[in-house]
Amino acid sequence: MTQPAAARLTPAGRAAPLPRPAALIVHQFRYDLLAFSRNGQSRVFTLALPVAFLLIFATVFKNQTVVVPGGRIHTSVYYVPGIIALGIVTAAVTNLVISVTAQRESGILKRRRATPVPAGVLIAARALTAAVVGLVMTGVLVAIGWFAYSAHLSSRHVPALVVTVLLGAVSFGCLGFALASLIRDADAANPVAAAITLPLYFISGVFLPASTLPHWLLQVAGVFPVRHFELALLAAYNPYSSGSGFAGTDLAIMGAWGAAGLVLALRLFRWTPQSG
Amino acid sequence: MAARAPVPSVWRVIYHQPRDAVISVTDLRMRYGDRDVLGGLSFEVFGGELFALLGPNGAGKTTTVEILEGYRHRSGGQVTVLGTDPWQAGRSWRGRIGVMLQETGPERDLTVTDSLRLYGGYYPDPWPPGDLLQLTGLTAQARLRAAQLSGGQRRRLDLALALVGRPQVLFLDEPTTGFDPAARREAWAAIGALKDLGTTVILTTHYMEEAERLADRVGFLRGGVLVTQGPPGGLALRQASPAITFTLPAGVSAEDLPDAARRAMSGSDGGQVTLTAAAPLRVLGMLASWADRTGHDLPDLEVRRPSLEDAYLELTGDQEAEATS
Repeated sequence: MTQPAAARLTPAGRAAPLPRPAALIVHQFRYDLLAFSRNGQSRVFTLALPVAFLLIFATVFKNQTVVVPGGRIHTSVYYVPGIIALGIVTAAVTNLVISVTAQRESGILKRRRATPVPAGVLIAARALTAAVVGLVMTGVLVAIGWFAYSAHLSSRHVPALVVTVLLGAVSFGCLGFALASLIRDADAANPVAAAITLPLYFISGVFLPASTLPHWLLQVAGVFPVRHFELALLAAYNPYSSGSGFAGTDLAIMGAWGAAGLVLALRLFRWTPQSG
Repeated sequence: MAARAPVPSVWRVIYHQPRDAVISVTDLRMRYGDRDVLGGLSFEVFGGELFALLGPNGAGKTTTVEILEGYRHRSGGQVTVLGTDPWQAGRSWRGRIGVMLQETGPERDLTVTDSLRLYGGYYPDPWPPGDLLQLTGLTAQARLRAAQLSGGQRRRLDLALALVGRPQVLFLDEPTTGFDPAARREAWAAIGALKDLGTTVILTTHYMEEAERLADRVGFLRGGVLVTQGPPGGLALRQASPAITFTLPAGVSAEDLPDAARRAMSGSDGGQVTLTAAAPLRVLGMLASWADRTGHDLPDLEVRRPSLEDAYLELTGDQEAEATS
């Protein structure tokens, strides 16, 4: 019964070249994205959480204004870039850490270890998946801001917004992978990720407008990448921003964090559960 | 097509052509803290051979296999797989091995076919999913997500994933644990088909019938030491003796049996007597002449060659019997 298939199956005798890493990244990325899009819960909740936050904050702080570089904008408009930052960091750090630690604990990474796929390919594919998720989320949040709060995005700012979203998602994806290797098991993933990201949201102007926060707290926040992501998104989104809306310094600092995250993720990568 | 038919030993001697050892283990030691898990194993596995590692839980089977797969770094000794030290091995070596772990979670959100495509993409020349599905009997489940599969189907997917890169060396760690008898037989057929194609296989198992059916040679591990190794049939005979069983005729007690039979008696359960003898014919002869002389018959007389299971129980002691059932 199995003979016809078996007859075609011959062990590789020749030394065919392995797929190149760049091709493998694209391959792995396709299937990571496929898995993400097939999982209705992760798809819905990754998007639903930021949308819910935007609607809540915009409703609570209706008719208030916030001081931003160049003038004042409505609070509801201010929250659009902030919630984009929240959504991308949650997807690229919290959700990724939970998913990767679960994959490690269930033995999926251990099985992949026995194949020729390098760790860097798995990291890069996840970072790219986070970038796609980030772009979709940005589109949804910008659309809500546009139609519900008349927060119009200037077309000259679109390239800056796209670049900021992509760089942010990839940087936080690398940081998330580094964090995943430091977490012992899947049970600890959510608390650890929340303990790191939630305070950063608060002090970086994501939940509370930066103009309401004490100066020293913003100084502290300025060390970490979430604040710079928020600032770069705001620069691209703020109607008063002159020029193209690129926040070069903030992008550089966030990118440096991302690069450090990549180095750490590669160095710390763990294929097997701690106990094993 | 047998890629590598075993070379008859006489020809090897004439041509001085040693059979290639695909896996070579010399004095392998593993120590966790101050506990010796492996105390100096040595064995070789030749091209196209299926070698089964047997032994009770905790004997070191999985540790040994995980060292060969490159997951663990040994504490001492020499190990090569396909001519390479697994701990130092790189991507191209991983492209030539296939690993079926004891326990692996499924790629929950991917279908069976997608999983095979994902893993196939890691290798230079993967087997087409359709052929693997046919080989592992998963064709009907091709479009199901891994999360929807039954336990046995998941294990068969694990096997298919281990095969997708056309491995030259295949590691199977308890591949059929949790299978129903029909699924086990199908898996055996698949593994047998791979062996016929020249794949070198290392198998660990708790099922002696599985090793007896599939293995060219078996090695018994106990307490981190390879107690004995050899072809299953020969090893069974070396470790355990053929058994002669019959029921005592009415009115006859065990004391009435001839001396040779009483010395060979290894058990009696009610009227059922078991004799074990390395040379069973001699005991049988005594028994037959005694029965003839005394006018008894032994209608349920049975002579049974020792199975691998008998050898296993002999080697591991009765306290391990429960772990294997």
